[in-house]
Amino acid sequence: MNFVWLVLALPLVGALLNGLCGRYFSKRVVGLIGCSSVGLAFAISIWTLLELVGGSDRSVIQTLFNWIAVGNFSVDVRLLVDPLSTLMILVVTGVGFLIHVFSVGYMNHDPNYHRYFSWLNLFTFSMLVLVLASNFLLLFVGWELVGLCSYLLIGFWFTRPSAAAAASKAFIVNRIGDFGFILGIFLIFAIFGTLDYSTVFSLLGIQTYSTTIMTTITLLLFVGAIGKSAQIPLYVWLPDAMEGPTPVSALIHAATMVTAGVYMIARTHALYQLAPFTLEIVAIIGALTAILAASIALVNNDIKRVLAYSTVSQLGYMFLATGVGSYTAGMFHLTSHAFMKALLFLGSGSVMHAMADETDMRKMGGLRSKIPWTWAVFLVGVLAMSGIPPLVGFFSKDLILEKVIFSGNTLLWGVGLFTAMLTAFYLLRAYFMTFHGKPRYDEKKIHPHESPPVMLWPLRILALLSIAGGALWVAVFGFSFTPLDNFLAPVFKDVVHVNAEQPEPLFSESTLILFSVLVALVGIGIAYLVYVRGFRLSEGVRKIFHPVYLILSRKYFVDELYNWVIVKPLQLLSRFLASIFDLTILDGLINGIGRLIGWTGGVFRSLQAGYIRSYAAWVLLGTLGILIYLLLR
Amino acid sequence: MLSEYLSILIYMILASGITLVVIFANKLLGPSRPSARKSAAYESGIKPTGTARERFHIRYHVIAMIFLVFDLEIAFIYPWAVIYKTLGWAGFIEMMIFLGILIIGFLYAWKRGAFTWE
Amino acid sequence: MTLNDLFVLSPEIIVTVSALIILILDLFLAAEFKRSLAGFTLFGIVLAAVANAFIPIGSAPLIQGMLRVDAISQFLNLIFLVGAGVAALLSADYVKRQGIARGEYYALILLSTLGAMLMGSSANLIMIFLGLETLSIPLYILSAFMRTRSASQEAGLKYFLLGSFASALLLYGIALLYGATGSIQIDEILAKLPAAMLATPLFVYAGGGLLLVGLAFKAAVVPFHMWAPDVYEGAPTSATAFMAVAAKAGAFAALLRLFGPGLMQIDSAGVVIIGILAGLTMIFGNIAALAQLNLKRLLAYSSIAHAGYLLLAITAAQSTPLAGTAINGLLFYLLIYTLMTLGAFGVVILAEGRGENLSLSDFSGFASRHPWIAGAMAIFMVSLAGIPPTAGFIGKFLIFSAVIQAGEIGLALIGVFASVISVYYYLRVVYYMYMRPSTSERPVFVSGFIVLGVGLTAIAVLVFGIYPSVILQWLPQAASATLP
Repeated sequence: MNFVWLVLALPLVGALLNGLCGRYFSKRVVGLIGCSSVGLAFAISIWTLLELVGGSDRSVIQTLFNWIAVGNFSVDVRLLVDPLSTLMILVVTGVGFLIHVFSVGYMNHDPNYHRYFSWLNLFTFSMLVLVLASNFLLLFVGWELVGLCSYLLIGFWFTRPSAAAAASKAFIVNRIGDFGFILGIFLIFAIFGTLDYSTVFSLLGIQTYSTTIMTTITLLLFVGAIGKSAQIPLYVWLPDAMEGPTPVSALIHAATMVTAGVYMIARTHALYQLAPFTLEIVAIIGALTAILAASIALVNNDIKRVLAYSTVSQLGYMFLATGVGSYTAGMFHLTSHAFMKALLFLGSGSVMHAMADETDMRKMGGLRSKIPWTWAVFLVGVLAMSGIPPLVGFFSKDLILEKVIFSGNTLLWGVGLFTAMLTAFYLLRAYFMTFHGKPRYDEKKIHPHESPPVMLWPLRILALLSIAGGALWVAVFGFSFTPLDNFLAPVFKDVVHVNAEQPEPLFSESTLILFSVLVALVGIGIAYLVYVRGFRLSEGVRKIFHPVYLILSRKYFVDELYNWVIVKPLQLLSRFLASIFDLTILDGLINGIGRLIGWTGGVFRSLQAGYIRSYAAWVLLGTLGILIYLLLR
Repeated sequence: MLSEYLSILIYMILASGITLVVIFANKLLGPSRPSARKSAAYESGIKPTGTARERFHIRYHVIAMIFLVFDLEIAFIYPWAVIYKTLGWAGFIEMMIFLGILIIGFLYAWKRGAFTWE
Repeated sequence: MTLNDLFVLSPEIIVTVSALIILILDLFLAAEFKRSLAGFTLFGIVLAAVANAFIPIGSAPLIQGMLRVDAISQFLNLIFLVGAGVAALLSADYVKRQGIARGEYYALILLSTLGAMLMGSSANLIMIFLGLETLSIPLYILSAFMRTRSASQEAGLKYFLLGSFASALLLYGIALLYGATGSIQIDEILAKLPAAMLATPLFVYAGGGLLLVGLAFKAAVVPFHMWAPDVYEGAPTSATAFMAVAAKAGAFAALLRLFGPGLMQIDSAGVVIIGILAGLTMIFGNIAALAQLNLKRLLAYSSIAHAGYLLLAITAAQSTPLAGTAINGLLFYLLIYTLMTLGAFGVVILAEGRGENLSLSDFSGFASRHPWIAGAMAIFMVSLAGIPPTAGFIGKFLIFSAVIQAGEIGLALIGVFASVISVYYYLRVVYYMYMRPSTSERPVFVSGFIVLGVGLTAIAVLVFGIYPSVILQWLPQAASATLP
């Protein structure tokens, strides 16, 4: 436990080494530094886990140094090691390590190899800061650092204008979320007088706070989560973030960044428990995001974008789970999703590696025999994510749906169930388009080849985790083995169910499981019919659905909407203020007044030089404004 | 409190009033027959050369500023000299520091050629 | 005046003497040794800083109530001296390259610093005015220092004309306050103000308002900011760098002395006005900066915007129990603002090469050509935007939390919103450096002095961001000192 600071320090040292001196190292050394720093951090995380499980104390705080101390305001850099943060550092360093290893092969030909590994390490470090923070300020620091690193990494291939634009978009959308987040933190400080988790949470038990305040705080924090975890309406950055290198996408989607919002809510659940209204909003936004993103994924032809919308959709599930007060289910899905999504993304990276960086699925097909290992692991990932037992995705998704209906939200459950069907459909559609059918690429130019072992091994391990990960939580048909629940229980022990009077659930547990397996199979079946058997709807029916297709393929026109409602007006305003307002209107105003009061205007004109008279007049106007206010008030 | 300033106000009104009356009386009573020569700038009776808005050589400004500095310095030294005895040595030293700084400025201006007219 | 007074004033005296010696040295020094004047300037500044660290501080006014050397003025002096020192580093080779390497340059920087120091420790309205003029007049000359360039001349003239206009307003305000209270001692004025407000409210309000305007002009607060972009753009870049920090720091030092805690308890109108000015400044400065493509103009609008954040701290200082926190925030932010602004201008000086008026597109692909300088610039931009782990974040955090605690939620909202906008244009610089292919091959003018200045500020911005306690542990004493 005393070494937990190394979990932070190692990736940081790796980032600094590669960032400052990387250009003098060989690629082998750069890769070794990058991977081993995160690998060692993972080893220490496991050690921490063992110590935590073995020890009696389930929540340990390690103070590194006193960060800010002004008057009565003091913030320490402290690490909080409890089951929740330990789970997160395991996921971040574990999955992160595999992604680093994969990158060694994937980025091998990139001239900016050392810069890439430096930033990748920095990204991991930032996420670890966020996770291990023991107060809101440090949490915010990690939160911002993650945003900054994502900006750098998404725009890694900055020579492409689209990558640079995507990086800016990600950062700015994230900042909008952060705006709410920092206000929430300020409000916490104003109400509680401290930013320390433990103090704030223990104060909740001592004093009573009005629900309005709690709702405001939690809603503001949730705005931050919406930005970082790509929920409605701020999800727009995530699909564009595909412009970064594929392992970066894997890191963003699986281990770092987007999971921050879910983690944050789980971490501050004590606040959320006091704000039932916010929880309702969280659940509704989660469910809506899940179905919206899934529906967009139905028609997209870019393999990475399909996976990106899938992430948005799955994150919606996690928020749905936390929204109904089942934080453990949310964290379980976070973990299982990390395995599956890292697998799928790295798998798609392996496909792109084989296909000379092609991402359009319409130009793939029939790759099964060409890259058998990639095919196998990708299939595992797709099935796991679709919720086919006994893969991990089945357990975590089913758990969420079960918690939702048991909390009485039948409608949300229906949305979740329907989304599960969509999920199975679009994932299998992607799978079939990529690996089955006849090759649709130019076979003379592209010769698909299997990836090197350094890329395949992380995939195999992730596939294994996706198969066996269910062992973290198996609770079906009366059989129950729930180590994750037991592990996290001390953190969430104070959670009492929000809906005190629980209505009799519509269905029994086993019926529910049958339902979810059934919808997954239906989704898979449709995908099979359409994309393997070549089943086509009649012309008339397709015409009816054409508008729907159009809306979906243009992603509900949300980007266009934001552009017109927010970006354009702000640009105009800025240009207006800087050029027109300063030079034209202000001058015109001043000149007008000058003419109006002709002989006084002589005073201004005597100053002569260019615009000085208008500047001076402006000073005078400001002065008059102040004096008039003071005297006539 | 404001009433203490009443006399000043009356004085201001009188001053500006008389000025205005004289100017306007002049305009009303005097005959006005403008000619080119009459409206030319007055240069002490000499025939004006060029326009009145002529640029002055920068040297004039430099000389004027140096004059201003030393003129004000005297304004500072006079009262000091009057109470010199009561100030004693401390006053003497203070004035010497002041003059020393001034002399540095003087040296600077001299060396930079502020007093030479090329 | 006693010997002790002289000792307490030793930083100011050292700065003055250095300026005079430089003037004399410059007359007799051959051209090739002119660079050593920068070294001498630095020596004087370091000496003054050392003296500043050791002077005995107290809150009693000195020299017939003219100055007050307390913990706040001590910290302010540190800020001014750091600013002057880094500015001297940035100037050394720049002035030589631009062909304006004259001794007066350094003497003017030192004299201007002296003015700022006097403002920071003034206990008397006349002293504030004297300090302001000592600060400003050298700045007017520095703006026009590049005599052969019409832009520089124009900048100097504009600044001078508008500046004297503002000084006149300030002086008028002083006269009115004297008329109302019969005193020019700040503490006496405060004591007599309640009575004066009943007797002659007109004088008090107009006087206070005009004082505020005069100082707001120096600090480039909207709507008294119009001079700043033009002057910043036209002046020699090293002078701009110094001006951006010295004028602002000096003006805020005086604002703190005059409008710090206490005054507003007498009448809340002041809080309203300063709050409105702060809001206007933050919104206008940041939004106008969005459209700037010229680096110096961008930094000019950025410095306008920062005046808004600093004004926020002044409003927060009005609620007495929190005055300490707010003043701490203000002092910390001033120091950090000084460091990051000087650093950013230092990078501009380096990147300008032999030319002038660097535009954003000149930074395209800068990171691939000069990774270290680009890295430093990225740090400054991130810090100016207020993103952790840089010191700019800590500064903003201290100010905003003080504002929220003072109950000014609306102002804090505007502030956070404005700083969200600012991220766009600051990061656009980073974007150009790192994410644009290199188009311009403008050579960088590498100079040891400038690189040292940029490097030191970059390190400081990072270190104070990660470990701000280094500075903060100085502050509680500063804030506990009685104001004014």
